[in-house]
Amino acid sequence: MKFRGKIIDVACLNHFTRVVTTISKLTKTCVLRLTPDNLFFILSGKVTNGGVGMWCELLQNNFFDEYQMEGVSSEFNQICLEVSPENLSRALRTVQCAKSVKIKLTKKHCACLTVAAELPTLSSASRVVTHDVPVEVIPRRLWQEFKEPVMPDFDVSIYLPPLKMLKNVVDRMKNLSNFLVIEANLNGEMNLKIQTDLVSVSTHFKDLGNPPWGEDASQDGGPSQRGDPELLAEATVDIRKLQQFLVGQQVNPTKAMCSKSNTLKLTMKIKCSAGGSWTH
Amino acid sequence: MQCVVTGGNVKVLGKAVHSLSRIGDELYVEPQEEGLALRSVNSSRSAYASFLFAPLFFSRYSIPRGLNFRCKLAIKSVQTVFRSLATLEKTVEKCHIGLDEQKDRLTFTLHCKHGLLKTHNLSYQDSESLEAVFDKDSCANVFRAQPRVLVDTVVHFPTSLEEVTLTLSDERMWVRNHVEDEAERSKAVLTELCLAADEFDHFDIKLHNSITFCLKEFRGLLLFAESTGLPVTMYLDEPGSPVVLSVTDSVLEGNFVLATLSDDHYLRQSNRGADAEQTRPPDDFMNDDMDAYLIAMDSSVAPGPSTADPPSLAAFRKPPAPNYRTRTYSEEEEDGEEDPERPPDKKFRSLFFGSVLPPSPRRSSQPFTTQEVLASDSEEDEAEAD
Repeated sequence: MKFRGKIIDVACLNHFTRVVTTISKLTKTCVLRLTPDNLFFILSGKVTNGGVGMWCELLQNNFFDEYQMEGVSSEFNQICLEVSPENLSRALRTVQCAKSVKIKLTKKHCACLTVAAELPTLSSASRVVTHDVPVEVIPRRLWQEFKEPVMPDFDVSIYLPPLKMLKNVVDRMKNLSNFLVIEANLNGEMNLKIQTDLVSVSTHFKDLGNPPWGEDASQDGGPSQRGDPELLAEATVDIRKLQQFLVGQQVNPTKAMCSKSNTLKLTMKIKCSAGGSWTH
Repeated sequence: MQCVVTGGNVKVLGKAVHSLSRIGDELYVEPQEEGLALRSVNSSRSAYASFLFAPLFFSRYSIPRGLNFRCKLAIKSVQTVFRSLATLEKTVEKCHIGLDEQKDRLTFTLHCKHGLLKTHNLSYQDSESLEAVFDKDSCANVFRAQPRVLVDTVVHFPTSLEEVTLTLSDERMWVRNHVEDEAERSKAVLTELCLAADEFDHFDIKLHNSITFCLKEFRGLLLFAESTGLPVTMYLDEPGSPVVLSVTDSVLEGNFVLATLSDDHYLRQSNRGADAEQTRPPDDFMNDDMDAYLIAMDSSVAPGPSTADPPSLAAFRKPPAPNYRTRTYSEEEEDGEEDPERPPDKKFRSLFFGSVLPPSPRRSSQPFTTQEVLASDSEEDEAEAD
C-alpha cells in the first residue's frame, strides 16, 4: 500500500485544509478512503452516531499536483484509513505558508499519515516540518460499510438559503427547543418551525429554487416529482445535530440542497466549486 | 521606594508581568540597588523566571539606602494594572510605583492622558527571597536566535503540548514533541522540525545531546521577546540540568530557568567534583516527602538558618529537572555519593501528585523538621553556600 500526494498551490492547500477542518468539527474520527481519482472522507451513518452520516468526495486532481497511490491490491486499488480529522486539520493549519506540502502514508511506530511541509526561511536551507498523524488501516472486509450512500427517493429537494443565514436562525431556535421541523415544497419555499408550550417560531424562506431531479449522476432513476408543488414535505430533526452540521461549514458552497425522503431521511448536499461534494 | 516608568517602558514592564504570569501565580518583587527585580516560580519549582530592570530603565528610581525589602503579590492583581497593553501604550504616559510599608501596600499609579490617574493599591505579603542560582557560563551549548525564528518553531506544536525535545548537533537542531507514554504514542501526532545553524545569530554546540523541557514556560518568554524584539539566548547543558533562556539589553535582563528531563541513558557522571556540584547541587531533600518539602518552602520567611541561601534557592540549586522526577529526591539515597546512578524513570507528573516515594529506605531516622529541610544537609559534602 502506498500513498504520496503533493500540494504546491497555496489556494489548494488552503481549501483542502478548510475541508478537513470542517470535517473535524463534525466528528472525532472518520474514514479516509483513497482511490486513484478521489479522496473520500466518510462517516458511516450508524445509529451509534446518532443517525448522522457523512460522505465527502474530493477530486484529487483539484488539490494535488502530484498524486500516487497503490491500493491493497490491483483488484482492490483503494486504501481505507481511520483517522482523526482534528489531528490532520491541526497539522495542515500550521503549514499554510509552506512552499509545498507532501502527504504520505508511512509506517513509523504505527501506520501514519505524514504531513511534510517545506517552509520558507531566511536562511539557505528550507525548514522541513513533519507531522506524523497516526492512522489505522481498515481491512478490506469492512470496506462495504463505506460505499457511497445511495440518494434515496425523495419527495422534495430544495436549494438551501445561504448557510450563514440558516445557521443564525437555527442557533436562535436551538435555545428554545430541541426539535425543529423543516418543511419544503417544490415551489422553492421552505419553513423552519419550532414549537414549545410557550411559543412557536417559524422562519419562512421563499424563492429558493428546486434542483431538477435526475441531475445527479449518483441518483439512480431519480424520483418522480408528483403531486402538488405547493405541498409541503415535512421532517423533524434534532436541532443540535443540524447545528453541528452548520457550525462546521467552513467551505463556501456554491449549492446546498436539502432533500427529504419518505423514509424519513434528511439529506443535505453541498457542492463546492472545487469539485468536492458532501452528503450529510 | 519610588520608581517611575515612562513611555514605551510601561508596556515593556507590563509585558514582563504577563510573561511571568505564565510561570507562577505570585510575583516576587525585590527592589535592589542594581535595579528592580520581578520574579516568579511555579508551584513545583521546576520553572523560574526573573526580570531585572536596571535603574536606567526608570525615569526615576530611588530606593532608600539599605532597603532590604522583598514581597510577593498575587500576579493576577498586578496583571490587572497592566491589562490591555495596546491601550496602555496609547494612553499611559507614566507609571509610578510606590511602597507603603505601613499599610503593606504597593501602589501603582498610572498617569494617563487627559489628566486621568489610575491608582492601584495592591497588598503584598512578606516573602522569602526567590533567586535561582544558575551558571550560564558553564553550559556546554549556547545559541542565540531572533524571537521570530523561535515563535515560528513553536507554532507547529499544539498549545496543549507539554514537552518538547531539542536534539543538538554541530549544524542542526531538531525540535520534536515529547511523548512520555507508550500508549499515547499511538494516538498522538508526532511533530518534528529541523533548524539549521545559520538561522541562529549564534550557534555554539559542544555537546551533542537531547534536552526535554516544558513548552508552556518557554512560550512565556517568547511572549516577551517577540514584543520587545530582543534576541533570545539559550544555555543548555546536559539532560537534567536546567536550561536557561535569556533576553538582555542595556537596561533589563530577563532569565527563564526551566527544568529538563533527566535522560535515562545519560548516567550522571558520578563522582563529579565539588565544582561541578555548583551547577547540579546536592539534594537536601532526599527521602523527604514531597508535600513536606513544599510546605517547608512556603513557610519560610527568612533565608534558611545555616546557609546563605534561602530555601527556595536551595530548590533551584538542585537541578530542577529532577523535580519532575522522584529521582531528585532519591539522589542521596546512596550514602554519601554525590551522584548516584539514577533510579528508574518516573514521569514528570509524579512530582505534582506527591507520589514521590523514596525508593530506598530513609538514610537516617532523623525526623525531618521544617528547619532541617531548609538547612544544608550536614552529610552533604557540598555545602549550599557557594
